Amino acid sequence: MIAYIVRRLLYAMPILIGVNLLTFVLFFVVNTPDDIARSQLGDRRVTVQAIDTWKRSHGYHKPMIYNGNAQGFGKLTDTVFFQKSLRLFAFDFGRSDSGRDIGYDIGQRMWPSLAIAVPTLVVGILVNITFGLLIAFFRGTYIDFWGVVTCVILLSVSSLFYIIGGQYLLSKLFHLVPISGYDTGVNAFKFLLLPVVVGVVSGIGSGTRWYRTLFLEEIGKDYVRTARAKGLSEQRVLFRHVLRNALIPLLTGIVVVLPLLFMGSLIVESFFGVPGLGSYTIDGIQRQDFAIVRSMVFLGSVLYIIGLLLTDISYTLVDPRVRLQ
Amino acid sequence: MLFLFWTDVLIFLLVGMVLIFVLYARRREHLRAPWREVGRSGVAMGSLVVLVFYVAIGLLDSIHFRPALSPNEDNGQVKYANEIVSVFDWLVTPLKIREEKTYSAPFAAFLYTKETVELPDGRQRRQFPRLKYGASHLTDPETEKTTDIVTTGMLAAVKGLLVWGVLCTVVIAALGKWKHQALRSVLGQMRAGQTTVRWRSMLYTLGVLVVLSFVAADLSMKYHILGTDKVGENVFYQALKSIRTGLVIGTLTTLIMLPFAVLLGLMAGYFRGWVDDVIQYLYTTLSSIPGVLLIAAAVLILQVYLDNHADEFSSVSERADLRLLFLCLILGVTSWTSLCRYLRGETLKLREVDYIQAATALGVRHFTILTRHILPNVMHIVLITVVLDFSALVLAEAVLSYVQIGVDPTMNSWGNMINSARLEMAREPIVWWSLFSAFIFMFSLVLAANLFSDALRDAFDPRLRQQR
Repeated sequence: MIAYIVRRLLYAMPILIGVNLLTFVLFFVVNTPDDIARSQLGDRRVTVQAIDTWKRSHGYHKPMIYNGNAQGFGKLTDTVFFQKSLRLFAFDFGRSDSGRDIGYDIGQRMWPSLAIAVPTLVVGILVNITFGLLIAFFRGTYIDFWGVVTCVILLSVSSLFYIIGGQYLLSKLFHLVPISGYDTGVNAFKFLLLPVVVGVVSGIGSGTRWYRTLFLEEIGKDYVRTARAKGLSEQRVLFRHVLRNALIPLLTGIVVVLPLLFMGSLIVESFFGVPGLGSYTIDGIQRQDFAIVRSMVFLGSVLYIIGLLLTDISYTLVDPRVRLQ
Repeated sequence: MLFLFWTDVLIFLLVGMVLIFVLYARRREHLRAPWREVGRSGVAMGSLVVLVFYVAIGLLDSIHFRPALSPNEDNGQVKYANEIVSVFDWLVTPLKIREEKTYSAPFAAFLYTKETVELPDGRQRRQFPRLKYGASHLTDPETEKTTDIVTTGMLAAVKGLLVWGVLCTVVIAALGKWKHQALRSVLGQMRAGQTTVRWRSMLYTLGVLVVLSFVAADLSMKYHILGTDKVGENVFYQALKSIRTGLVIGTLTTLIMLPFAVLLGLMAGYFRGWVDDVIQYLYTTLSSIPGVLLIAAAVLILQVYLDNHADEFSSVSERADLRLLFLCLILGVTSWTSLCRYLRGETLKLREVDYIQAATALGVRHFTILTRHILPNVMHIVLITVVLDFSALVLAEAVLSYVQIGVDPTMNSWGNMINSARLEMAREPIVWWSLFSAFIFMFSLVLAANLFSDALRDAFDPRLRQQR
């Protein structure tokens, strides 16, 4: 097991290096620091000195990959690639283009993101499984048919409308919760309620349909027929046999997104004004702060790879037939 | 003077490819069988009509030209305007040019905001001024408006029904002629829903669409049926123009990513070894970067490029078009990985099948095996993915535009409509019509696409076919 994990982690290294190279090419070769400086300074006719000063103050003035002027290891380390890209491997994110410490900001903004993402995921899964089981229980009837139709209708609505609709109904019409904002501690609850509700509702369409397919696939299998032939009640068959076995494919879908919960949801957070990592990323995008976007790209890929690893490990835990070598 | 954008060219290329595929599939029974099953589904055929309706508007909006100005008196030379318009723009010119000052509600006769108006006796008063175009034919809007709307709407609906009746007759006559049956028996079968292709649901959907478009067209000549936006532009016009943007993103993205996904997926599965390793590495790396962030990074970079090379584009719309194309490209880069992985798995299974082994033993070249034996057997996966991706991409456009990494802000798109309307949510009375229009148009397109793709998947997926 441990050998497997270590090997998988080693496999992850080339992928992370690939991600790093790709972002480096995207951010520094396609667009040279001169271009970035020019667009940051906002004028196409800025002087060469101004660009040089900006580059120097943000550390973009060094050579790209190889520094011929430096001594010893400095030839490789005293470069933009090493300073800006490779240091990400040590989770040293450096400073954003506006001068703030990115690592500190990420540490601060992680918690509001989790406070929204975790309840949304948990409640969402419970709701979807309930609906999925319900529809599977009534399979072949009108409830099944209209349930699926409702799912298709729900998943044809853009997520933006769920947010706007939720804000309008719950906050503006009924004045139940504040429209947007965030607070620390217990006070955060009333701010979290709306985003979580919106997040759950917007996921019902696709989630329920997906779980229904899973359950129906499982219901068609031989062991279910055997269970029924033994005279078990339909409830018992569904909850004791089908649900447990359907949990295996269900789990893989969930575990892989777990680490990514840290990243938060871009749209929900910026709509509701939550100071999480999602809105941090959006701010970075909108201010054209390349350092922030680069850090978040790297962080996202690391978390994704961790998610894949966790998925494989969780397989062995729930399904004794799977053995990792 | 004809002027084609890059996306226009690609769209017509795509239309050509679809036509070629239809001609190719017509003569092959194994390709026709699943399509016949799609044709038997009433919901799917109804959705297809809606989709075709959208595509028709999108295509009309994709033939761009620069209108000729009135010829110069001196030398008789024809000059062309700088503005690039499409055939669709030209058809709906009244919608486009009748601009108000600012917001006005659907069917309103008065502006949304108060203005200082000078009365005939010289005094000044704050009141809601009449609109320049909306309901301007009425002398007393308060009493006459409802009757006028109802009568105009009814008249238009009757006109629409007549046109629909003619269309139905044409279809029935053509079917009767083709099948050598009496018109009465064709009509009877159709009404009972016994035809092999569900003409009934198609014609009903067509009827609803025709009547709606007639009503909308006639009312639009007198009112702003979906209101006007902040700068007084007709919202109905904006929503119609957004159709093209949505369709371009939904279709061109797949067109761009398809060659990569199919080629690499097949190669990885077929050749295995180091080819497989390299391709797997490539798509794992790409898919491990969160999609939105990769798109954001790429669009940011494009923005910097456009800012620094602003002189190279002759017009704003040309720049917006390039950005749209680039967005399709980058969406394609982020979305090909899952299809590629799926195709690789399928090819791995297929290459062990007997007939492939036989082909290998007979010394058939790799290329021939791939194109003749493997590709046709994974085509259903490709088709299902393409159709399923379409609605997801249309929805993604709105979200991306909201985050301001979507299409150019000057371009009409549902995302931009939502984005600009969102800021007006707090106003009293609420400015709801932009959101409403974007919602209705997007929802009907995506719903139709979803329903159609469900039927398509049921018909094409061999696993689902076995279950029945």
